[in-house]
Amino acid sequence: MAQHINKKARFHSLTANRLLDGEPVYLTRSHAWSENLHDAAIADGKDEGAELTQIAAQSVADRLVVNPYLFDVDVDAGRPRPISVREQIRATGPTVRRDLGKQAS
Amino acid sequence: MPLLKDGVEITDDKWVRIDDDAALPEDCHALVTMRRWLAERDTLTARNTPIGVALESSDNPDAIMDDLGRFSLIEVDFPQFKDGRGFSVGRLIRHRGTYQGELRAKGDILPDQLHYLARCGYDAVDGDARITPAAWAEAQTRFSEVYQSTGDGRKTVLQKRQCI
Amino acid sequence: MYRYDEFDRTIVTERVAEFSGQVQRRLAGELTEDEFKPLRLMNGLYLQLHAYMLRVAIPYGTLSSAQMRMLAHVARTYDKGYGHFTTRQNIQYNWPKLKDVPDILADLATVEMHAIQTSGNCIRNVTADQYAGAAAGEVDDPRIWSEILRQWSTFHPEYSFLPRKFKIAVTGHAHDRAAIKVHDIGIVIVEGDNGAPAFDIYAGGGQGRTPMIAHLVGAKIAAQDLLHFIDAIMRVYNMHGRRDNLYKARIKILVHALGAEEFARQVHDEFAKGGAGDDLELPEGEIARIRAYFAPPAYETLAADDPAYTRALADDKAFAYWARTNLAAHKVPGYAIVNISLKPIGGIAGDASDSQMDAIADLAQSFSFDEVRVTHEQNLVLPHVRQTDLYEVWKQLDAIGCATPNIGLISDMIVCPGLDYCDLANARSISIGQIISERFADLDKEHDIGELKIKISGCINACGHHHVGHIGILGVDKKGVENYQISLGGAADENAAIGDIVGPAFTEDKIVWAIETIVDTYLALRKDGERFIDTYRRTGIEPFKETLYAAA
Repeated sequence: MAQHINKKARFHSLTANRLLDGEPVYLTRSHAWSENLHDAAIADGKDEGAELTQIAAQSVADRLVVNPYLFDVDVDAGRPRPISVREQIRATGPTVRRDLGKQAS
Repeated sequence: MPLLKDGVEITDDKWVRIDDDAALPEDCHALVTMRRWLAERDTLTARNTPIGVALESSDNPDAIMDDLGRFSLIEVDFPQFKDGRGFSVGRLIRHRGTYQGELRAKGDILPDQLHYLARCGYDAVDGDARITPAAWAEAQTRFSEVYQSTGDGRKTVLQKRQCI
Repeated sequence: MYRYDEFDRTIVTERVAEFSGQVQRRLAGELTEDEFKPLRLMNGLYLQLHAYMLRVAIPYGTLSSAQMRMLAHVARTYDKGYGHFTTRQNIQYNWPKLKDVPDILADLATVEMHAIQTSGNCIRNVTADQYAGAAAGEVDDPRIWSEILRQWSTFHPEYSFLPRKFKIAVTGHAHDRAAIKVHDIGIVIVEGDNGAPAFDIYAGGGQGRTPMIAHLVGAKIAAQDLLHFIDAIMRVYNMHGRRDNLYKARIKILVHALGAEEFARQVHDEFAKGGAGDDLELPEGEIARIRAYFAPPAYETLAADDPAYTRALADDKAFAYWARTNLAAHKVPGYAIVNISLKPIGGIAGDASDSQMDAIADLAQSFSFDEVRVTHEQNLVLPHVRQTDLYEVWKQLDAIGCATPNIGLISDMIVCPGLDYCDLANARSISIGQIISERFADLDKEHDIGELKIKISGCINACGHHHVGHIGILGVDKKGVENYQISLGGAADENAAIGDIVGPAFTEDKIVWAIETIVDTYLALRKDGERFIDTYRRTGIEPFKETLYAAA
């Protein structure tokens, strides 16, 4: 698993994969899991990031998700925008198959 | 930590782990590290109570192959279930060395590894709560055919095919 | 080809049941992900960017038509209609659901297929020369020995928790198409005493972070001692390979640290001790039994040159172009080896749709004695096609988009899935392959350039074999921007070599220019029918450094 978190970055969102089918999901403000990056909670600073991490850990224990981690985002009109190419691709789907992944629905 | 020997839970393990720098009590089943055995071999062979030796996962059993007959217990540490050195160590001791005593795997062991442990010569396991007599029994019978011979006497697929 | 007997079937069935049980225990919370992960990896199930990924084993790259149809069925029923053939002759599915995996494995088991040991720290798929049993000059069919190794290494009680993954490749031919010298163990079948096959056994090759060429550890090992010798290598590795650092745990690190001579001494020492309560000598009867499965098919007696074929070559230019690159000489007169290109111009290297797989299965059944192979360069092979059938085969391949006439040419690249799919990647690789392929799409230009193997990896793990590309491209992350580092002069065959890094990495918008510049430099310098790799070996890296970087 590549490292996705830049210690200097201020804003983060949290993502994981759904256990049953591997779908990338994002932790929302209401502590639910959404398939849509748009809905992801934005943590401002380390403490808020740690809170999200803690909630994700419970979801792991509850067997909802696997492999949760924080990733750097910019905030764009209140919505998270991934900084890394990896998370951009993960939020949409393979760039070489525009008919597959989240971008297709 | 439940201890299983031959698939049966042992609640009164006689073996006492002795630190390297602690004095050896006179009358006990003493389990010493391989390091200590090698350093104090003469004294230890003079004892007439059962002696056991504990190997770390990085210990090479070469050093004790000639002494196997002296041990009633050999314990091999599995610090992490991914660390598979103990499987080779077990085979060298049990199948190359024809060791007759108790060969115990201790540490982080998955129930899914019990089948392999048994085939590599272990007859005792000291693991966590999931290592139960039922898990051990199931591991012995779950796989009815095996490709490889190990020295545990199980007839392999090759032997059955060739009627050896 | 090999057919399971009752024993093989029992073993696979019981293991499928075991894994199904493990999936249930995981879903019920009796196994944490940390505990489940090595178990699911041993059944080829990864977690990737968008989904799980299931890697199905194709032992030594050989498939029957029924098996190929099952791969199509899996793609269609449980996935998104396609699969990806890999550099280890396996197939990967990118979108399976965990809850469906037990059913997928049960379906595969009905045609003697599985995903056992395609991942994890165990002995992986034993790969072999894709022209096995078909090309002239072979000492012995490597699949016989690959099958013997496959059985011996499957659920090995001692070697299922190795320091790291372990990859074995076998060739029976002096011209190595299986890249044996960059495998953990590489085996070359040679002529032993009394004309029986024997083995030159290499160890410590590999790519990744620290690429190395394998060293000869055992020369002319007798056939009956094969397992015994491999066992000795495995035991030395299992006991002494590093366990403290994931990146230094392959056998190549151990061989390098000890020195090849000392490593070989330890192996021979272990070999001399005669096993551990087991008798690893291969009985003649078992060798003969397995050999029988790989007996040559019922070839017809044909003339060396089929007139219909010759006529078609003259009449149909497109067919002639295809025949020029995509066919290889067969040892039996009147037959040919057909390479199926999975590298359409601008397409995704190594991918095949379910309908393509079904069509290829039909071709295998009708025209190739029911056999199709996967190559480590992500193409497929129909090993035994009559010349008289080649025109029809070509037309059918062309109809499904699998007749690109580019085998061995610049557009026949190895490309890993990269950042579009893979959790480990730093950069996209597929799109790089696509733009290079499109730039060099002109067939005459491709032929002028000649043999040029470009290999692209999206990260240092080198699944795209960039270290052994004539031109290797490695995707790196430079401050969040995808960059591409080029190496030159790698080779995967019997003259194996690790490529030399040519200089600083290029961004995506410059990479095509860089490849063009390298090609132009070669064209300007080459002499007397030199291939790219020949010119490079003569001139060294300097001229390429100059043209790529001097202007900067």
